[in-house]
Amino acid sequence: MNKFNLMMASALAAGLVAGVAAAQEKIRIAFIDPLSGPFATTGTQGLAIYRHSVKELVNEPGALLNGQAEFEMVPFDNKISAKESLIQLQVAMDQGIRIIAQGASSGVANALTEAVAKHNRRNPDDPVIFLNHSAVDPALTNDKCQFWHFRFDANADIKMDALTDDIAANPDIKKVYVIGQDYSFGKAVAAAAQRFLKEKRPDIEIVGNELHPIGKVKDFTPYARKIVGSGADAVITGNWGGDMVGLGKAVMGAGFDKPIYTYYGATSGITAAFGEEGDGIVKLVGAGQVNPAPTPEAQEFIEAFYVNFPDLDFGQPQMANVAPMLAAAINEVGNATDIKAIAYALEGMEYDSIVTGKTVMRESDHQTIQTVTVQGQTPGAAFEYDKSGRGMVAETVVELASNDSATTCEMKRP
Amino acid sequence: MALFLVNVLDGFVTGLLLFMLCSGLTLIFSMMGVLNFAHASFYMLGAYFAYQISLVTGFWSGLLIAPLIVGIIGALIERYGLRRVHKYGHVPELIFTFGLALLIEEAVQFFWGKSQLPFSEPAALDFAAFAIAGNAFPAYKVFMIAVAMGIFLTLLYILTKTRIGMTIQAALSYPETVQNLGHNVPLVFMCVFGVGTAMAGLAGVIAGPVLGVFPGMALQLGSIVFVTIVIGGLGSLWGALVASLIIGWLQTFATAYDVTAEQILTAIGFTKPEMIWDHPLQDLWTLTLPQLGPILPYLLMIIVLVLRPQGLMGNRES
Amino acid sequence: MTIVSKTPLTAGTTRLISLSNTIPWAFAALFLLCLPFVFQTSSALTIMNQMAITIVFALSYNMLLGQGGMLSFGHAVYMGLGGFFAIHVMNMVEDGLWLPLPLLPLIGGLFGLIFAFLIGSFSTRRAGTVFAMISLGVGELIAACSVIIVVFFGGEEGISGDRTMGPPVFGYEFLTQQEVYYLTVVWLLVAALLMYLFSRTPIGRIANAVRDNEERAEFLGYSQRNVRWISFCASGFFAGVAGSLFAINFEILTEENLNLATSGSILLITFIGGAGFFVGPIIGAVVFTLLQTVLGLHTELWALYLGILFVACVMFFPSGFAGLIAMHRRPFALGKLKLLIKPYVKVAIPAITSVLSLAAILEILFHKRHGYGGDHEMHLYGIAFDSGGYQAVALAAIIAAISLFLVSRVLPEIRDAWDNANHAEDRA
Repeated sequence: MNKFNLMMASALAAGLVAGVAAAQEKIRIAFIDPLSGPFATTGTQGLAIYRHSVKELVNEPGALLNGQAEFEMVPFDNKISAKESLIQLQVAMDQGIRIIAQGASSGVANALTEAVAKHNRRNPDDPVIFLNHSAVDPALTNDKCQFWHFRFDANADIKMDALTDDIAANPDIKKVYVIGQDYSFGKAVAAAAQRFLKEKRPDIEIVGNELHPIGKVKDFTPYARKIVGSGADAVITGNWGGDMVGLGKAVMGAGFDKPIYTYYGATSGITAAFGEEGDGIVKLVGAGQVNPAPTPEAQEFIEAFYVNFPDLDFGQPQMANVAPMLAAAINEVGNATDIKAIAYALEGMEYDSIVTGKTVMRESDHQTIQTVTVQGQTPGAAFEYDKSGRGMVAETVVELASNDSATTCEMKRP
Repeated sequence: MALFLVNVLDGFVTGLLLFMLCSGLTLIFSMMGVLNFAHASFYMLGAYFAYQISLVTGFWSGLLIAPLIVGIIGALIERYGLRRVHKYGHVPELIFTFGLALLIEEAVQFFWGKSQLPFSEPAALDFAAFAIAGNAFPAYKVFMIAVAMGIFLTLLYILTKTRIGMTIQAALSYPETVQNLGHNVPLVFMCVFGVGTAMAGLAGVIAGPVLGVFPGMALQLGSIVFVTIVIGGLGSLWGALVASLIIGWLQTFATAYDVTAEQILTAIGFTKPEMIWDHPLQDLWTLTLPQLGPILPYLLMIIVLVLRPQGLMGNRES
Repeated sequence: MTIVSKTPLTAGTTRLISLSNTIPWAFAALFLLCLPFVFQTSSALTIMNQMAITIVFALSYNMLLGQGGMLSFGHAVYMGLGGFFAIHVMNMVEDGLWLPLPLLPLIGGLFGLIFAFLIGSFSTRRAGTVFAMISLGVGELIAACSVIIVVFFGGEEGISGDRTMGPPVFGYEFLTQQEVYYLTVVWLLVAALLMYLFSRTPIGRIANAVRDNEERAEFLGYSQRNVRWISFCASGFFAGVAGSLFAINFEILTEENLNLATSGSILLITFIGGAGFFVGPIIGAVVFTLLQTVLGLHTELWALYLGILFVACVMFFPSGFAGLIAMHRRPFALGKLKLLIKPYVKVAIPAITSVLSLAAILEILFHKRHGYGGDHEMHLYGIAFDSGGYQAVALAAIIAAISLFLVSRVLPEIRDAWDNANHAEDRA
């Protein structure tokens, strides 16, 4: 068996060597997200947005080191597993990649940020930078913040701040039901909802606040019954994936026709599953906006996206900021090898984004401050989701959302 | 009280849906001694086929054709896969169906992709049959109840009152004798497997619009189906019905009522610590009944297996 | 009834440790210790570490499946719990508890043993389906608890630690992958040797007897329940060791370490490798890890291929890879192995071509359906082409058909050669 082992292992090694040899002069970004399995749509869509922004905003205009260099996205499939992510991180680093991008699942982001911090502590001369494009657990830029992690999405608290602005402005809402998945992110959403509602509309009663097991609920009908039975005027939920579809369909099926405020209640099959029933009911809070395109450049950019990727949706606008902001930081440093200097250049960077307006990478906690919008599911939107003939249209726009929000981050800089 | 009534009805629907899956599984087990791990995968296939057919000809023809296709696929798998593995013994059979479950999930993703598909109830049933205290009860769920009850009665009739049923029951206990009497036992097995999987397919068609059509739908139900037939007693149709209803109600009521550990603990005289976060017993204090809902069936199964290994209504051990 | 043939290893009359069975171990040790000089990148080391952990885990699983005839759907529980305890102890070390890192697997093993003892007290009363179903229930239960009991399991994000905080051992602080590799490999060798020796002890022998015929073993005066329980505890111990090695390597444990998917894949690994052989799980672990990590780098469809391989394995060679290799023992003993080389080479070329072209059909169809829209340029086996039209699929299909036809032509020749090689006298 040992010979067999050796044979297999040598085949593996040959592959690795070939991989290193094939490395080009491009500046490579490792994209570590699920590209197979149940969450593959999220990863595939993210990768497409990255590729599109790399091409349109950096490489074709020659925006990186005066056109001397180009970005290249190198996808790694982490199968949404923490263990696989750490292995893929190792493989990426072995291939000489020092820029890591990840976003799907805060659990994975937590594992990666720790692994990156450990690696950089153990190898201070050869650091790695972690660009988080959509993991929104507030802890990542608060208690667990670290110098090498940068978050480009608005975190759960910032999104809740904008979301509760929308609720506060609606006098019809007197009772709110908060429901979410039983883990760090769901808890963060629930806590933020309570805090902001108390602050902005103390008259609103929270008639339900509960967590359900994540990915384990087959039928959301009993939850829907409770929600309808409580007489709520609005629902707030951080659910994503199958839990979002299940909850949404059950709640609407039980006869609930008032707003359902979500974090991830669109695209990846969700909009199609809600269909006509969700029009005017399903709301989504997110960074930036898609409908209507906030700038002519954005209009052009998103149109080109739908031409290049007709099967996918332009779902998370803020992801289009990562490549150009990184390019600006590299330009400031003058090379792509001094990762520490690039990290310092990203800190505090101000950037005029075509999709998220004025955008700032806050120095104190590496949290991006940008335009956050509350969007509603609307038929006939210009940029549709899931080819369903409907999309998310911005209804409330908050520029530089939560600019002055507090952070518990105590950043240790190298 | 109104909410209680709604929950009784919802639990009934959940239980009956579970029964549609379990009846096929327990039938296959009682006939062939095979625990079909891929049973929920046939349920998934039913939903996907029905979706595909509904794009062309609408929901109703899908309801008829999809289970048929699933049944044929099931029969073919029995004929060319399972029968081959049968000679190696029961464990390889179980492992074969386990592998089949993995394979079907991957194949579904290959053809239909990874997103949830927009499969919805037919327009004719898309209205609220009635409402109890503002809670709407969809007509589609009434339809689900009718179909499930129909299946149960038909099965019961076939198995106990018809010649075919007699042959099946006889083939189960005395395969050699039945063979000698001139019946084609392998053919009977193939048909039973086909019918069992077709019923799973039918359950998939019916459940698809309510529970969603996505690649994880088999995995989500996979183990609970086993739990149900083990609790009910392997091979027992009545046991499957009783266990399905128990689990349906158990899960519905567990999620419907917000009993928290805090209420119970304070009721028996404990005081909640001031700083609940970071307290070593924080999880005990914050535990709620809905959180426990999904694990109750497993707990019930372990208890049943330890105390009564043949299940509630079974009459033999594995 | 059982999938396992009689243990192919030499009978128990030989001494526990003899020269003839020391040599393979010494060779394995030497080989593993030299491996890092060949592969120096840390990702290769990470993959080898993962392989080593999977081997320990699979061997411990085979103590149940292969040696004891117990089909478990929840073995990840013992590895996971062992790992969680290990990582908590690791964190205590960070807070000042004195414990050198290399001893950590003992702690994890101990907790694996304790839980196996507790759960085994009721689950091993019966074998067969009842045991399988209880293991499934316990597995689901513990996996579900991991998101409820957040203090211990850390919820969704799990518990992480830092292995380098303990006292240095001979100056090593386990900063690099290489140091961790040696730690893992030493434990792999120790654990594998102990598990091998366990299978040679009287209790290991009786476990086989209980597997093959419960009643007869009972008549001989052995409590079948106790025999299963002891095997179960030993298996839990080594699963816990594997969990601790995982904790040391990845410095994080999550719900994933406990769930049904992990339990299922270890069953798959052991079965593909060959549950009837001691080396079976080792082969399975190596093949599976390579497929998952290396194939996963190249294709999104890796899980589909794995599923096909698994089903094909159960259908056509239920004794696994190890069984395939063991089939050649007789020709080897007769000195006729060379008779098979020519037909094997002859079939290998069209067989590999057909597998590659069938995979190509799947890859092209998948690319057509789910590839980036508008962009039909595809790279496969180093060739760039357009996946949009039907030409590429048609070409792959033709190649597949031709090579499959060639395979079917060579098969009778193989059958003849095989008959020939398995008989002492020539029958040319």
